[in-house]
Amino acid sequence: MIAEVGHYALILALGVAIVQTIVPLIGTRLRDPQLTSVAVPAAQAEFTLIGFAFMALMTAYVTSDFSVANVWQNSHSAKPMLYKISGMWGNHEGSMLLWVLILALFGAAVATFGKNLPRQLQANVLAVQGSIAVAFLLFIITTSNPFIRIDPAPFDGQGLNPVLQDPALAFHPPFLYAGYVGFSMAFSFAVAALIDGRIDAAWARWVRPWTLAAWMCLTLGVAMGSWWAYYELGWGGFWFWDPVENASFMPWLAGTALLHSALVMEKRDALKVWTILLAIITFSLSLMGTFLVRSGVLTSVHAFAVDPERGVFILAIMGVFIGGALALFAWRAPLLTQGGLFAPISREGSLVLNNLLLTVACAAVLVGTLYPLALESLTGDKISVGPPFFNLTFVPLIVPLLIAMPFGPLLAWKRGDLLAAAQRLTAAAVVSLAVIIVVLALNQNGPWLAPLGIGIGVWVIVGAATEIAYRVKMFDASGEEVWRRLRNLPRAAYGGALAHAGVGLMVIGLVATSAWREERIVALAPGSSVDIAGYQLTFKGVEPRIGPNYRERVGTFDISRGGKQFTVLHPSKREFIVERNTTTESGIHNGWRGDLYAVLGDELKDGAFTVRVYFNPLVRLIWIGALVMFFAGAVSLSDRRLRVGAPKRARSKAATATAGK
Amino acid sequence: MTRKQRRGVLIGTCLVVLGLAVGLVLYAMRDSIVFFYSPSDIAEMQLAPTQRIRLGGLVEMGSVERAEGTTIRFVITDGGKTLPVTFTGVLPDLFREGQGVIAEGTVQADGVFHADSVLAKHDENYMPPEVAAKLKANGMWRGDGEAGGASPQATN
Repeated sequence: MIAEVGHYALILALGVAIVQTIVPLIGTRLRDPQLTSVAVPAAQAEFTLIGFAFMALMTAYVTSDFSVANVWQNSHSAKPMLYKISGMWGNHEGSMLLWVLILALFGAAVATFGKNLPRQLQANVLAVQGSIAVAFLLFIITTSNPFIRIDPAPFDGQGLNPVLQDPALAFHPPFLYAGYVGFSMAFSFAVAALIDGRIDAAWARWVRPWTLAAWMCLTLGVAMGSWWAYYELGWGGFWFWDPVENASFMPWLAGTALLHSALVMEKRDALKVWTILLAIITFSLSLMGTFLVRSGVLTSVHAFAVDPERGVFILAIMGVFIGGALALFAWRAPLLTQGGLFAPISREGSLVLNNLLLTVACAAVLVGTLYPLALESLTGDKISVGPPFFNLTFVPLIVPLLIAMPFGPLLAWKRGDLLAAAQRLTAAAVVSLAVIIVVLALNQNGPWLAPLGIGIGVWVIVGAATEIAYRVKMFDASGEEVWRRLRNLPRAAYGGALAHAGVGLMVIGLVATSAWREERIVALAPGSSVDIAGYQLTFKGVEPRIGPNYRERVGTFDISRGGKQFTVLHPSKREFIVERNTTTESGIHNGWRGDLYAVLGDELKDGAFTVRVYFNPLVRLIWIGALVMFFAGAVSLSDRRLRVGAPKRARSKAATATAGK
Repeated sequence: MTRKQRRGVLIGTCLVVLGLAVGLVLYAMRDSIVFFYSPSDIAEMQLAPTQRIRLGGLVEMGSVERAEGTTIRFVITDGGKTLPVTFTGVLPDLFREGQGVIAEGTVQADGVFHADSVLAKHDENYMPPEVAAKLKANGMWRGDGEAGGASPQATN
């Protein structure tokens, strides 16, 4: 029953979404307030209906209703509850339902909390959101219906791919999708502005919180994915430049650029046309990410869901929305008033440089991701574009950005003083140089570029601290005055500096792990040991153990350091009974120096095992950096200027003066 | 600074960055992409021992043997030719005889493929599309439905 009701709710939602798309658009054309006002209740109804359908499927999963084909394919009665729930979006149909749910959630949020938006703009935004919902609801109902029944109902389910049964991966898709779909808000605002043919600084102020929220979710989603790959796949790496990873990384790069260009638009009423274009590009990359992952065009080990027919449908959705938006852009953008050109050395100039480098780096990633697909369809040659390509193209483009990063916030709007900014950054430069020299002295065997990389990370962090210190006159004013300034500094300023510091932390972690990781692959008999990075691992043996839905063989490794017992690691091999699959559970010790990472391999003759041990120095910093960025986004989002109802107040003279400082 | 000069700086910077990017991409395209070959392809061509390639095919039944330490030897076949492979390390969980794998490494002068990484199919339905295409071409395809449908490239 519940599945049929869920299916019915989904079809009703499609109907509502069609109304939400058409009626407000006619309303804004005819300037009919009654038709225009349909948008708000329609968006709320759409969210309620999709939410209902989502809960219906969730109920089927929680109660293990195997008469629903989707549940039967992806769940099993013996699975822990967390994975019964997360198994719902661990497959194609369920994840697309999650996609539209988040889309409807954002639409409903604009309808409910966007009371201070101009009616016209709000109605247009909701209409565009509605049209995206129409496309994806049609896609779900016609090609990927999660509510199909099977008769007779099977006795038990087929289980979920064991590598997906993991806490980090349970929450990875919701955050990733919240990021992808969140950028649809920027897209809808951009298209609405193009339909209106009118755009001003207030537009940027409305778009920024939505973009920021989406960016935060995407940051966390990508970080979770890489963390999962790190500890679950057992290869000790965290990023492989795999097309699926790139699919989530490109919208992040474009979204980061969008956040910065919206800043220029908000403060200086410039870069309008570019910001609109960037909003369209960012969501287009999100759509492309969905397409790449969901269509199976990739020759990737990560592509779990594969179905070319659905791929054609998503390709059509992509074509309509990206092509349509770009055509609208070409037609309407010339109507938008241009902002003036500004001095190259200024805050807005530095933000343009940021945008330039980020989008070009994003384009390089795009080329590397799509080139193998293009080449294969044109010539039939099969190639793989792996980490060497991206390290060679992406890194040189992003390094100048990192070096320029601390300068940006220290330059004034309109006309900046590069020399003054450089003087303020002297301390940061000295600290970074000192760090480079120390790291160089500690690692005299190279690699030679790594200390430079660490130095850049430190430069970014100390540079971010310098910005705050300068803004509160840390060294020029009395303690009381500094304290007063610290409290009065807008939270967005703290958010920005913190996000930059997070990038710096991440850079340090990336460089250290890539440059100084140690790896040992040995055959160990019980009682023998291996040395790595000053630790000694002694293999104690392997014991069988029974889990809720798997059997495992757990190895025990005593770790000692300098002759003293330090910790114990338990890597294991899990054999999932229902899925007839094995997974490797690595044993990881998280330390501040770095992670000790042990993987149990195959059994050899006479009780010995192949064992792979890594020492990944400072690898934590990668994810700590991402968390800091997420937190920085939250701090910035809590700024009064961005909160609901704030735009009017922020437009007062006093507020602009502090904000513009 | 006049308006003209400002525009000049903007356009100049864009051109420099774009030029840098295009240069890097072209340079990286020449040196760091890896071609995918089957044992039959390799038999027909002369590969330098320095050229990294990806080798795909099935692990021949009964060919997996453990040498000293953690080194493993096995043979990859595409139904036509075969190629011996040596690999030191931990094989992926789903590495089995008779299953599709992709190995990355170099063909050494002794005619043995020295792999430094081995990828196996990730779940029951996954077959590297390149492998599927080669197997089809050599008539070794035991299409189990899903895996065939999994690869749009397999049909071109």
